[in-house]
Amino acid sequence: MTATLITAQAPDPSAAGPAPKTGPRPRSLASRLASLAAGGAVRVVLVVLAVLWLLPTAGLLVSSFRSPRDIASTGWWEALTDPGQWTGANYDALLGDDTFTSSIWTTVAITVPSTVLVVVLGAAAAYAFAWLEFPGRDYWFLLVVALLVVPVQVALIPVAKLFNALGIFETTFGVILFHSAFGLPFAVFLLRNFFAEIPRELLEAARLDGAGELRLFTRVVLPLGGPAIAALAIFQFMWVWNDMLVALIFADSGSPPMTVALQQQMRQFGSNFDVLAPGAFLTMLIPLAIFFAFQRQFVSGVMSGAVK
Amino acid sequence: MESGKAVIRARPWAVACFLLPALVLLGALVIYPIGYSIQRSLFDASGDTFVGLDNFQEIFSNDSIRHALRNNLIWIVVAPTVATGLGLIFAVLTERIRWATAFKLVVFMPMAISMLAAGIIFRLVYEQDPDRGVANAMLTTVHDTFSGTSTWPDAQPRPDGPLTVQDDGSYLLEQPVTAGTPVLLPLVAVPQPELSDAEPAATAATDPGQVTGTVWMDFTRGGAGAEGVIDPEEKALSGITVEAVRDGEVVAAAKTGDDGTFSLPAEADGAQLRLASDSFTAPYNGAEWLGPDLITPAIIGAYVWMWSGFAMVLIAAGLASVPRETLEAARVDGANEWQVFRRITVPLLGPVLGVVLVTLMINVLKIFDLVYIIAPSSSQADANVLALQLYLSSFGTGADQGVGSAIAVLLLLLVVPVMIVNLRRLRRENKR
Repeated sequence: MTATLITAQAPDPSAAGPAPKTGPRPRSLASRLASLAAGGAVRVVLVVLAVLWLLPTAGLLVSSFRSPRDIASTGWWEALTDPGQWTGANYDALLGDDTFTSSIWTTVAITVPSTVLVVVLGAAAAYAFAWLEFPGRDYWFLLVVALLVVPVQVALIPVAKLFNALGIFETTFGVILFHSAFGLPFAVFLLRNFFAEIPRELLEAARLDGAGELRLFTRVVLPLGGPAIAALAIFQFMWVWNDMLVALIFADSGSPPMTVALQQQMRQFGSNFDVLAPGAFLTMLIPLAIFFAFQRQFVSGVMSGAVK
Repeated sequence: MESGKAVIRARPWAVACFLLPALVLLGALVIYPIGYSIQRSLFDASGDTFVGLDNFQEIFSNDSIRHALRNNLIWIVVAPTVATGLGLIFAVLTERIRWATAFKLVVFMPMAISMLAAGIIFRLVYEQDPDRGVANAMLTTVHDTFSGTSTWPDAQPRPDGPLTVQDDGSYLLEQPVTAGTPVLLPLVAVPQPELSDAEPAATAATDPGQVTGTVWMDFTRGGAGAEGVIDPEEKALSGITVEAVRDGEVVAAAKTGDDGTFSLPAEADGAQLRLASDSFTAPYNGAEWLGPDLITPAIIGAYVWMWSGFAMVLIAAGLASVPRETLEAARVDGANEWQVFRRITVPLLGPVLGVVLVTLMINVLKIFDLVYIIAPSSSQADANVLALQLYLSSFGTGADQGVGSAIAVLLLLLVVPVMIVNLRRLRRENKR
């Protein structure tokens, strides 16, 4: 996972040089018409761009509802004018295929525990870094931040060796551990910064009431850290759900998650879009639902600097 | 982070309970592997013999790895720049649009999906056949709009007929023509469906002041017609350019009419006739996106589709903090929109643009899924990048984990500068 620290740096207005204050100049009719036309042109350009951006996904969605015969002979756009081409047969076939349905469960079995583990371990460590006193605290935190940008590639060979020795190579458990480890630096970084903003008085008051370290964590820090934890959980969930590389190496090749199952289809048959298109769309369903439901948390997760 | 801010004088074992699980996991699966990879990169494939820096030398001398290195360089330079540039344009354009949120949602959406799904999406986009792949469908439509479709791509001279095929694809009548004698230029091999709208061929008028003639499909269904003669049911081939050539120079030209006839002025007398090649060239089939030459730009296109939204959202956030008054003041002073953008907006956004570029560069450095999925096996070698080569070297057939580890160490070295910048910034904030 790599991340760059994005500290919201407000641009410095003075850099642009002094701007003498004068009253607004009356604008001629011609210049007003010109800016109106420009505004119209911008709208047209944006509509074209939006269509261009939607086109690839639309192609996948429409293709997933076409018969293999139609996919092989004509473009997906032909189906827009010919409703007779639409069929759910590809989805019926895919969801009736045990290998694929079990891959959905594998994906869930990897994603949910990885997310929970990263949130729990990350929050605990972030709390310690933010509020507990122990020797070398700042240096330990710097170490964690340094790990933010370490590429997963560095760990593939060594961890494969290690998991082999432990007997957890090609198991769901191994994949969960790997994702959790590489999710932790970002989790600790994000949550520590958020937890540190909690007003000190709240913690001191709870302390005076006799709360111990654990109680402070579960009763004060966690509830107040809600927004950051939500952003982290959504981000980690999406990352693990969408991963292919780690699963390709560490998952059980007999019951792989969806991404690897589809990748295997790809290698075997080349361009069998009647399987790949609905399969790809099914893998996108959950991430897209989360994206549209939790836009703000997702964007803030991405913006707080994590880009794996 | 301020030292000494910790209010809680915690018991050591309590600190350990909160901290250790995370640190142990990080130590075992992130820190230990870094050390192992560095050490492993100095040993050969079997891992028994110390080879020094030989594996690193291999990276720079092995052709396929060097190709991956070169592609990575192209990726790092092109992909972040294009994505950031587009993000900047989108952010600025949407600034004063009421439905900006909807637009941003559309452009940002690909961030939510996996690279595998994006790869499959673009395999579909880049299908070679313009009837199936949307990229080539658009390309051929644009191409045909501007340069026109060729009228009779399948038409050929009749074997042992008077016309011969030239190197440039045109059809030449060797015998010089004379004005006043209509010329017959028979072609064959046009599929029947293409002729359904064609009119019957006519014999050209005889005019002593002009060179006239007919171009037609010299074939009657059922085989009743005679070769080289315009039979009653035979169809005209319209829209073909007939050129009169003398000493390699075109002296006159005309297009065949609906009935297949043409007439050239008297200058054509004694020249050779040639049917221009543009009527017969094979239809334009679009670009070979997944072929060896275009595969890397094509995959970069897919990446830009995914990540421009990321750049756009970050830049838009930066844009929101640009003070309105500064921009307004410049406009009042008579600066046009371009000058405002170039001289004020972009410089103020500098730090944000830098962060976006660096983030994308780190991301691109490790690009794997998109390349692995989009490149068909025939052009995988041409699309190769370091992360893919690392995977192939480490886990493919004939794996050499020494070389694989060396590539991993190289990737790590490339992100170290960013790591240092991150740490410096953090320490600066600590001291505040």
